[in-house]
Amino acid sequence: MDLTALLLSRLQFAFTISFHIIFPSFTIGLAAWLTVLEALWLATGRPVYRTVFEFWLKIFGVAFGMGVVSGVVMGFQFGTNWSAFAGKVGPIQGVLLSYETFTAFFLEASFFGILLFGRSRVPPWFYLFSTAMVALGTTLSAFWIMVNNSWMQVPVGYATVNGQYVPGDWATIIFSPVVWVRFPHMLLASYLTGASCVAGTGAWYLLRDEYHAEARVMLRMGLFLAAVLVPAQLFFGHLVGDYVHDKQPVKFAAIEGRWHDEQPASEVLIALPDEAAQTNHYAISVPILGSLIGSMSFTSKEVGLTDFPVQNRPPVAIPFFAFRIMVGCGLLMLFLAWYGSYLSVKERIGEKRWMLWAIFLGFPLPWIAILTGWFTAEVGRQPWAVYGVLRTAEALTPFLTVREATISLLLFCAVYAFIFGFGIYYIYKLLRAGPAGGLIEPPIGAVPNRPMSVVHHATPPVQAGE
Amino acid sequence: MIMFWVAVLAISILLYVLLDGFDLGVGMLFGLTGDKERRRAMLSAVSPVWDGNETWLIVTGVVLWGAFPPVYATLLSAFYLPLMLMLAGLILRGVAFEFRARAEGSRWVWDVAFIGGSFVATFVQGVTVGALVEGMPVTNGQYSGGDFGWAGPFALLCGVGLCLGYALLGACWLVKKCEGDTRDEAYRLIPRLAIGLLAFLIVVFVYALVENLRVMDRWLERPVLLVFPVIGVIAIAVLAHSVRQRHDDLPFRMVALTFAAAFGTLAISFWPYMIPFSITIDEAAAPHASLAFMFWGEGLFVFPLMLIYAAVSYAVFRGKVRPTEHY
Repeated sequence: MDLTALLLSRLQFAFTISFHIIFPSFTIGLAAWLTVLEALWLATGRPVYRTVFEFWLKIFGVAFGMGVVSGVVMGFQFGTNWSAFAGKVGPIQGVLLSYETFTAFFLEASFFGILLFGRSRVPPWFYLFSTAMVALGTTLSAFWIMVNNSWMQVPVGYATVNGQYVPGDWATIIFSPVVWVRFPHMLLASYLTGASCVAGTGAWYLLRDEYHAEARVMLRMGLFLAAVLVPAQLFFGHLVGDYVHDKQPVKFAAIEGRWHDEQPASEVLIALPDEAAQTNHYAISVPILGSLIGSMSFTSKEVGLTDFPVQNRPPVAIPFFAFRIMVGCGLLMLFLAWYGSYLSVKERIGEKRWMLWAIFLGFPLPWIAILTGWFTAEVGRQPWAVYGVLRTAEALTPFLTVREATISLLLFCAVYAFIFGFGIYYIYKLLRAGPAGGLIEPPIGAVPNRPMSVVHHATPPVQAGE
Repeated sequence: MIMFWVAVLAISILLYVLLDGFDLGVGMLFGLTGDKERRRAMLSAVSPVWDGNETWLIVTGVVLWGAFPPVYATLLSAFYLPLMLMLAGLILRGVAFEFRARAEGSRWVWDVAFIGGSFVATFVQGVTVGALVEGMPVTNGQYSGGDFGWAGPFALLCGVGLCLGYALLGACWLVKKCEGDTRDEAYRLIPRLAIGLLAFLIVVFVYALVENLRVMDRWLERPVLLVFPVIGVIAIAVLAHSVRQRHDDLPFRMVALTFAAAFGTLAISFWPYMIPFSITIDEAAAPHASLAFMFWGEGLFVFPLMLIYAAVSYAVFRGKVRPTEHY
């Protein structure tokens, strides 16, 4: 494959957005969980809830800051690399993104500062309210992004005027049924990310034989939450599959690795798709299951990739494998959550060290599922930027050169590797310091818009005077 | 509705220039001293406000995309390389703010990132304005200048000029917020930076005359524009006086006023174009359905709240910074 400006721009977008999604997917779930912890602390007065809250709040601060920093780039990239797209879809997507930005700002401005520095200055009920508002803010942020992306998957409620896509009816755009299955799917994925990190950290402390009380709260809450949410997530995943089946049949066929029409259709569990030969190698398939999954029927005809002209088909291997990795992660999480919860209820989880190891090492599973899920959705949408309406190749800045795209891609790789390397190292230091690290002290004269500043208060000063 | 969003955009850009201007300026001046105490004082003077300041750049970006999509698309793609450099600079600098204090052996890395990032971001912003004033090569509604079409001598000169301008704004901020050595040093810098900036403005003016830039015609057509240089001159005079009198609060206000005057000059010389002489405001505006949808939520409610919030955070942070603070 030649390194064209198009390919380089796609790589750059994929790289920067994949890096970005790591942080918000974590903070959305964590914010909701912090709200629950704060409510539990107010209701029961058990100090362990408070300690755990303060501990995760510090990590929330760093992750939130990283999300903001990596998000800035996203807001500009539509114009730099995808200016044809930006000019055409701005009246819809620019507006939706501006709502996301204003919402995010509003959240950061008004309530996040209270969360970080305001506990001693506001009544307890208001502090809980602020926590809930931060959670609401992160959720709304995700909502606008999902509305935006869902419009690219299934564009609705628009008209074409002078080559621009202009909003016809905002209600149709915002209340598109596609939004309302994909948004919960993303939200549940974020909650699972939070749950899995919290449970994994609890398991880690138990393995290291420290912070027992806090570790137990983390482990139990994380596992119980996951035990409820994973099945719900599988259900919403199925609903997302339904919309893809109905609205994006060629993507569905790529995910299924189905090259030709079948009636009834079999389900390819695993195979090596061969795009040149338009067939699968080493396939393991289950007869009829394909029709059952696609249409809830034993006899339905399911369409294959060869029904569509080659220039309208997505690449097959990435959606095919990414989807299977995502589902695999989901099933692993289901096992960990259910068996872990069972052991936890029976008070036997401390004896099963291999299970603690599995929960600890399994903490990145939701992240892997989120990334592969997005790869499935976005690569599967190709060759379209806006499905069926605007091709990715036509979305590119027409005069972008290979030289420019190469320089920027290398620049982002270097800068991201550098800063996120440090960021993750600081989060590790916070985790390592443990929940006994003390409460956040409000710095003198602080203005509450610097989430990452909590790092300074998390550990003792490195040098006197600094 | 279109005028409402023009106003929001203008306010956001002006706030960005004034606010991030001084903290970028402090970032550049940071390189002039190796003294630990002074560096700490300089950081304390901007650390609580810098990322709030940067918010206005993001607001400018998204409002531009939603309300004036062709301008967003044309500008950002035409200034591809410089914008990428600016983003990298802003990221490095923002992270350096927070991680510097945690670093032990590697603090110099974050210092370099902080100073370098501030310079790059400022220089790029100046280049962008310069290239816009000079007029961008646009053919059939599409930028046609190539990878380095923005890098004319005039634009590069404007990049240097804005470095001087932001550094001056930064020095005035330090005078306002700091005490002792840091304040005295900043007072010494102000006249030098101001003279440098003045020399730059004269060169720019002569260049524009010699090259017969199209923007210059505007001055003949619209004599009302002369109000702005007059405001600028008065502000500079008051600045000189206030520096002699060691009046800590005035210099920043005067330089800010000068910047506002320069911004007004540019805005009115461009009018009714958003990208001089190729895209007008009316051509660029998104359809009414988009602008109205933005207006009834973020425009009417969130934007005023953001302004109030910014005002409150500066009110909380008023007065001199105390030496006991972090950093």
